[in-house]
Amino acid sequence: MSEQSAPGADGSGRSSGRLLEVDDLRVEFRTRDGVAKVINGVTYHVDAGETLAVLGESGSGKSVTAQTIMGILDTPPGFVTGGQVRFHGKDMLTMSPEQRRRIRGEGIAMIFQDSLSALNPVFTVGFQIAEQFRIRRGMSRSDAKKRAIEMLDQVKIPNAKGRFSNYPHQFSGGMRQRAMIAMSLALDPEVLIADEPTTALDVTVQAQIMDLLGELQRERQMGMILITHDLGVVADVADRIAVMYAGRIVEEADVYDLYRKPAHPYTLGLLNSIPRMDEKGQELRTIKGLPPNLMNIPPGCAFNPRCPMAQPVCLEKVPPLLQLGNGRASACHFAEELVNRD
Amino acid sequence: MTENIIEVRDLVKHYPVTRGVVFKKTIGHVKAVDGVSFELKAGETLGVVGESGCGKSTLARVLMNLERPTAGQVLYKGQDISKLSGGALRRLRRQIQLVMQDPYTSLNPRMTVGDLIGEPFEIHPDVAPRGSRRTKVKELLDLVGLNPEHINRYPHQFSGGQRQRIGIARALALRPEVIVCDEPVSALDVSIQAQVMNLLEKLQAEFGLSYVFIAHDLSVVRHLSDRVAVMYLGKMVEIGTEDEIYERPTHPYTQALLSAVPVPDPTLRESKAIIRLQGDVPSPVSPPSGCRFRTRCWKAQDVCAQEVPLLQIRPGSDHPSACHFAEKREIVATHEVA
Repeated sequence: MSEQSAPGADGSGRSSGRLLEVDDLRVEFRTRDGVAKVINGVTYHVDAGETLAVLGESGSGKSVTAQTIMGILDTPPGFVTGGQVRFHGKDMLTMSPEQRRRIRGEGIAMIFQDSLSALNPVFTVGFQIAEQFRIRRGMSRSDAKKRAIEMLDQVKIPNAKGRFSNYPHQFSGGMRQRAMIAMSLALDPEVLIADEPTTALDVTVQAQIMDLLGELQRERQMGMILITHDLGVVADVADRIAVMYAGRIVEEADVYDLYRKPAHPYTLGLLNSIPRMDEKGQELRTIKGLPPNLMNIPPGCAFNPRCPMAQPVCLEKVPPLLQLGNGRASACHFAEELVNRD
Repeated sequence: MTENIIEVRDLVKHYPVTRGVVFKKTIGHVKAVDGVSFELKAGETLGVVGESGCGKSTLARVLMNLERPTAGQVLYKGQDISKLSGGALRRLRRQIQLVMQDPYTSLNPRMTVGDLIGEPFEIHPDVAPRGSRRTKVKELLDLVGLNPEHINRYPHQFSGGQRQRIGIARALALRPEVIVCDEPVSALDVSIQAQVMNLLEKLQAEFGLSYVFIAHDLSVVRHLSDRVAVMYLGKMVEIGTEDEIYERPTHPYTQALLSAVPVPDPTLRESKAIIRLQGDVPSPVSPPSGCRFRTRCWKAQDVCAQEVPLLQIRPGSDHPSACHFAEKREIVATHEVA
């Protein structure tokens, strides 16, 4: 089963000059209890200057996709069983470790959710940033320090010079996240993957960090992949959205289209089940049931046991991710009906 | 006028900060809760919002009598709960129960669901005679939407949302009047979160429960609460009905907090009034003098450093606010009905 109708189907074909492309990626986790199919054919891309939000609940495979792109997937248990990850048209999965290493940091960088465990507790924050300049750029100790202080300044850490020699635990949560952003942007990457960058933060700090990320992205014309489960954050910053469910993209659309008229019942269910601050609602409309066990994904459409629209065909045929025009795609047998309803 | 089921008066909880191992010396206090007063009426949901470190979880612990207050009182139907002990305390505990945040660590992994939910009956045998316990537990499982057949399963066999349902069933076992929910849905995915929120609402309607609903997610709190209290650094800065707080907030902190919440509607991107607070929350060991929010407040004047603003109704406002310069401000871009 292959989904030829994925992005790029407008005839431009393979290696269409995209910055970063994930193409039909498949990853499984081989554990003692069995094989979990975590990623089952994920295709998305991001271009310079744009923000792609990857939306999904826990276990949907959004973080594993990111780890595979970065080449930090734990192997074992994780194994890539198919697909490509192309950076400037070159498949990274077949590169030598040395070639991949060169892309990391300079080509693609990543920030993580939990900044306390992502930073090394026994080195100062400044050292951890300056280290990159010394190793990758061959700078002297003092030049590297100067550049690191500049980076801390750019992410608006007050008194950057004094903060250079602080350890991560001396920073507050928001400041640590800023330091991690400084670290990931130090080598001026073309793509930044932000994996739940604000989930652990309070709302007022979250707003500061999202502002900062947006600002830095505009300045540098970076492509950004924002991985999150927060439909609010996505609505604020994303250009395009890819919704994941059980290791597949179930819908891809422009941010405005997606919120106005979702083309997949899962997206619709998600939008209906969030309490909204600007509306005092009655009972929330929920998605019934639970996400599937990845060792035992239901046949046909993985969403069919929870779907209010499910028909017999959904139990038999895996719906391909079909283009609906305008950059929209949906993996639902009834996508047309969803889009065309009033 | 409905009766007050819980009244909190000038509640203070300080934790000592010590230095040294053998000769411990107290070098300061974490002022986790510092003078909080409110009441909870029968059958209502009081939402408590605030950022991490504002004292909302300490408040829950004191309400549960897991911590004794440093000063002030918590009255349950007029009775000071921190003065109770022995049998009287045990009888009170029946009436106030807790649902915790993390459904992964709050359930003992070595106990079956039946034992977990049935354990309250061991402590309060008068609620359910020994013979009827399993039936009771099965009823509870059914009530919270779990399969009663799963009574012999262990917590790891359930998903996060199902575990939170187990936690709720356990809190309901003794038919309490008040349930303190400390971030009950924060650890759950969106689609599961909605299921648990609906369950909490259903149970409230069915049993006439009163909830103290503590959360940092302002949308969740609005959805469930009748009244909302906003906390900052151990103080309550504003309290009012859900409508008063969300539609007509008067405290600058509430306004900033509300404006920072991302609204799931991309068309509001441009129209949203956004207040960006600078810096971080100060340490609760040495909070700023006067108004605690003044270090991050754009309205701060000299008086804010000198005088602690009281939580009271001020001119031009219909609900209590602890700001010298409280005034209304449109924050939540109300959704246009198309």
